[in-house]
Amino acid sequence: MDVAMTGETVPRLWRLARLDHDPVRGRPVLLYPEGAVLLNDTGKAVLELVDGRRSVAEISRILGERYQADVSADVVQYLSDLARKELIRDR
Amino acid sequence: MTADRPTTLLAELTHRCPLRCPYCSNPLDLVRANAELGTDDWKRVFTQARALGVLQLGLSGGEPLIRKDLEELAAHARGLGLYSTLVTSGLGLTRQRAERLREVGLEHVQISIQDTDTESADRIAGISAVRQKRAAAALVKELGFAFSINVVLHRANLDRIGEIIDYAAGLGADRLELANTQYYGWGLENRAALMPTREQVVRAQAVAEAAIERYRGEMQMLFVLPDYYERYPKACYGGWGKLYLVVTPDGKVLPCHGATQITTLTFDTARDRSLEWIWHESPAFQAFRGDSWMRDPCRSCPRKAVDFGGCRCQAFALTGAAENTDPVCTLSPHRGIIDAALAEVPEPDYRYRILTAEPQQV
Repeated sequence: MDVAMTGETVPRLWRLARLDHDPVRGRPVLLYPEGAVLLNDTGKAVLELVDGRRSVAEISRILGERYQADVSADVVQYLSDLARKELIRDR
Repeated sequence: MTADRPTTLLAELTHRCPLRCPYCSNPLDLVRANAELGTDDWKRVFTQARALGVLQLGLSGGEPLIRKDLEELAAHARGLGLYSTLVTSGLGLTRQRAERLREVGLEHVQISIQDTDTESADRIAGISAVRQKRAAAALVKELGFAFSINVVLHRANLDRIGEIIDYAAGLGADRLELANTQYYGWGLENRAALMPTREQVVRAQAVAEAAIERYRGEMQMLFVLPDYYERYPKACYGGWGKLYLVVTPDGKVLPCHGATQITTLTFDTARDRSLEWIWHESPAFQAFRGDSWMRDPCRSCPRKAVDFGGCRCQAFALTGAAENTDPVCTLSPHRGIIDAALAEVPEPDYRYRILTAEPQQV
């Protein structure tokens, strides 16, 4: 997908990737064919809101309220990085 | 030094295989059926691997479907939370077995394809398998597994890379691995019969790069150049004993599948020792961790943090010392060995993989 995301972009997780928990490292992890990305809790919070319906703007708004801060630049950055790895796709 | 935790275990459940590919990644000295680990041994290995930090499991071989306990092992792996891939020729994947594997939670199936030209595919595999592979691919797709195709590239199929890519897309592959032959073991034996020309490699790379763009978002593609044609060596599995481990059919625990060819090292087995001990304490896993083992030119080279000196197995096989710089590196004093190999007269015939000194049927 175009990794230049905007607020209107509706991201979805690659259908072959799943969010799981790594009990050994005590961290959330994204698992997919031949790969794994260890996440932090913020990354997990973003990905839990990626459902193929919410836009980047909506995700940013929900997290912004939760953390009482403007997180939109971070959300765009984070999802763009995952899109570059083809783990986040355009709807 | 403190080791990282491994993320990936390749479990070579058996070396038995109906195919006889001349570039097989199994060692020349294949493990016999009666020396293979049992079901409970493998379950213990998976459990220990998970505790050590492994996330990804490759159920590989030989042909892993030859193991009748494959479904039981896949179920155990899923129960541990591992993401499992079946690495198969596709032969032996009946509907019943595929459905059972899906039920127990196997997530990903990777099928090898030899070529799109049937005659050539049969010649490479040493048997006729094209139809069975196509049927297996259809089944994998129908049952909703994540589906990869892998193709080992060499002189005989490299010119058809465009057709191979379109064929894989036509089968509905989610991923396609196009990896040029690595010259170890059987591949090294057959090097003069497999080595492509530079012109072939350049053309194939251009075709692959265009296809990677064309199929983006639809089929994820990976193209691996033959390292003999590179300027610098590959960063083998991110460095020795860093992220990856292999368990052979008879339980030897290795940092990569080719490591047994380094005959100066002794590898412990999962029968005698825990994976935890082998990973952290065994001399073989510590032998090439970090960079204190390096000689020049690696020792004083800034690229040592990029490629870790390249491949220890290749250094050993071609220069006689595993501590040497991978001879693929143009900075290596042994690079002439690689250039001489590239100038070799092509061999017309393969030496197919076979169990040597097999007890004869009377």
